[in-house]
Amino acid sequence: MAKKQQTSKRLNSVAALEALRKAIVASRDPDKPCITVCGGTGCLALGARDVIAGFKREIEKGGLEGKVSLKITGCPGFCEKGPLVVIKPEDILYQQVKAGDAAEIISETVKGNIVDRLLYVDPNTGKKTTYESDVPFYKKQKRLLLGSNSSIDPTVIEDYLALGGYAALGRALSGMTPEGIIDEVKKSGLRGRGGGGFPTGAKWETCRKAEGEKRYVICNCDEGDPGAFMDRSLMEGNPHSVLEGMIIGAYAVGSHEGYIYVRNEYPLAVKNAEIAIEQAEEYGLLGRNILGSGFDFSVKISRGGGAFVCGESTALMASLEGKVGEPRAKYVHTVEKGLWEQPTNLNNVETWANVPLIIKDGAGRYAKIGSEGSKGTKIFSLVGKINNTGLIEVPMGITLREIIYGIGGGIPEGKKFKAVQTGGPSGGCIPDSFLDLPVDFDQLDKAGSMMGSGGMIIMDENSCMVDIARYFINFLEGESCGKCLPCREGLKRMSQILTGITEGRGKDGDIDLLERLSATLVDCSLCALGSTAPNPVLTTLRYFRDEYEAHIKDKRCPAGVCKALVTYSIDEEKCPGCGLCAKACPVEAITDMGKKKPAILDKEKCIKCGACYDVCNLGAVIRK
Amino acid sequence: MKATKPDKQKIKSILASYQSDPGMLVPILQDVQAEYNYLPREALVQVGEGLGVPLSQVYSVASFFKAFSLKPRGRHLINVCLGTACHVRGAGRVLDEIERRLGVKSGETTKNMKYTLETVNCVGACALGPIVVIDGNYSGQMTGSKVKPLLESYK
Repeated sequence: MAKKQQTSKRLNSVAALEALRKAIVASRDPDKPCITVCGGTGCLALGARDVIAGFKREIEKGGLEGKVSLKITGCPGFCEKGPLVVIKPEDILYQQVKAGDAAEIISETVKGNIVDRLLYVDPNTGKKTTYESDVPFYKKQKRLLLGSNSSIDPTVIEDYLALGGYAALGRALSGMTPEGIIDEVKKSGLRGRGGGGFPTGAKWETCRKAEGEKRYVICNCDEGDPGAFMDRSLMEGNPHSVLEGMIIGAYAVGSHEGYIYVRNEYPLAVKNAEIAIEQAEEYGLLGRNILGSGFDFSVKISRGGGAFVCGESTALMASLEGKVGEPRAKYVHTVEKGLWEQPTNLNNVETWANVPLIIKDGAGRYAKIGSEGSKGTKIFSLVGKINNTGLIEVPMGITLREIIYGIGGGIPEGKKFKAVQTGGPSGGCIPDSFLDLPVDFDQLDKAGSMMGSGGMIIMDENSCMVDIARYFINFLEGESCGKCLPCREGLKRMSQILTGITEGRGKDGDIDLLERLSATLVDCSLCALGSTAPNPVLTTLRYFRDEYEAHIKDKRCPAGVCKALVTYSIDEEKCPGCGLCAKACPVEAITDMGKKKPAILDKEKCIKCGACYDVCNLGAVIRK
Repeated sequence: MKATKPDKQKIKSILASYQSDPGMLVPILQDVQAEYNYLPREALVQVGEGLGVPLSQVYSVASFFKAFSLKPRGRHLINVCLGTACHVRGAGRVLDEIERRLGVKSGETTKNMKYTLETVNCVGACALGPIVVIDGNYSGQMTGSKVKPLLESYK
């Protein structure tokens, strides 16, 4: 036995890979209960680490290793209700699990029972749901990419293999030519998921045909869009699917070296990608002579330094060369001259993860999903003022309404939906009149926004659209690398104007000036950061001009967000004198006068933090 | 306690772990910063020499990326996420409250070197916003009134 363990795990042929897969599947008992706990960043933040420790302790204590297994998986998406626990094979979903629940879950699971109190209750119907797939949040999704996250321990390559992992690579290397693969990807209609929506197959073809001594492939995991985290989740939860896509892509374009450029703010994604590379190398799925095909390919990880602009391809490549992450003008595309001046094919994490699906099942099947110009599924991060926050994967062409109300469960506290912001900082805000808009690359463009990497931030009546525009312009001003003038100076001016408006210093002509500055940025910026930067301003001006006017003319913030334009007071008739607001006030601006006497708010002392407004459930704190 | 004076041997071994590849400048600086909490001048000089890269380039990279600090940081690093999802859920008010309590602005360190306050564009845990990360530990669904107990839990 000992000797056998020392022998190499290397797979020298596709047949050996298939034999290994069979052996892995055969060694696993499909009926043995398996407790899967989400170990993604979201659930960890909610205390999943303690839950995992609790399960480990209980299994050990009861000597139950033979009866039940435990698996730490990636993120299945329903972050709102974390920590999430799913019991396989039935897929029973337990939500908001605490360490103290571990003992009961284990003892009941072993007996084949269900722990009723931890099941999900639909807040709209009050109905309890036992199985994961019946939860409305999941029911309307199509989870081609995210679906395996809850069955895979990302640090165990055998889990990925058991689900058919690397079969697409086997197919590509044994029966397909590089041109044949490119053709298949072209036919699938796959478009880049990083934001631009450029056809992936066409990009690969140009890269393959470009002249150079070497070719590189890069995986862009520098997910800089604030409010989007699907790349993190894929890299954390199923890193092998990304790697497999990269290896197939490298073979197709003729590259032998690849990089994964990942944000350093995602420590778990970095760690899991490192482990995945190591394991793939051990099995001979990366490195020299992959699966005995004669094809060599290796991947290195490079961690980003927290610059949004480094999601831009030329800036990312500069950073990979150890330079400042500044973009360059793209007269020559990076597929022709990219990293170290060589042809370079860069795709985003989600794009890479789609590749194995296309190669494994064929372009025809893939192209059946989605809308006419946008094929396949798209992962969105549904966040902000929405009941079910989390990651969702839906077919392209689904309407905003289905996403927000069908999957997202609507707006919390019965508030009114105001807008959805898509496309990251350089995307736009779409108002309620577009709720029936089918979501795909082209339709979002038409509405003045864009797909971006898939952030979907929902805003309700308490979100101020001028404040949102100011927020994005401030963000982009800070992230502008400073190389070209329109972006560097234009954003600075726009930020000053918007800040002025939100602080009550808006004046006639401000809107006009914003529009003129926007036009200059669109036309004259060096890279897409600058040329798309005005989108948040332009879309909010297009759909919410009245809010700008209220700020400028009436010095009023209709949503009650802009501090300088808001005052707080106590409604003496509604206030029961409970004292909650006085306790919450950090600066002692509110005096509790005792029961049945309204509290008194000293406007001189008030710092307008809104703490009193948040704690009062009776509407006795007035914000105007 | 982390070492305060850069140790030449330590930096040498970081450089060696990347085979002194100049393309790995950013990750190398990250490892140096993980060791010292910031990027000491002497370390930048040594990294430049070790990689054969001019100090000016090392400095431009170190000052360009937001994740790097050229000043010593406090014992606890507080990162307030100002991503969009956190922003619409009131992250600005959480930051205001932390600034008010610590008496420093974002990017500054308290006089007693206990806390450094920074902001981050997104930590990718948007569903739980607003998020505050202290020394790598995430606290989700923050509000102004949760700031005081959170800060007090770090001695």
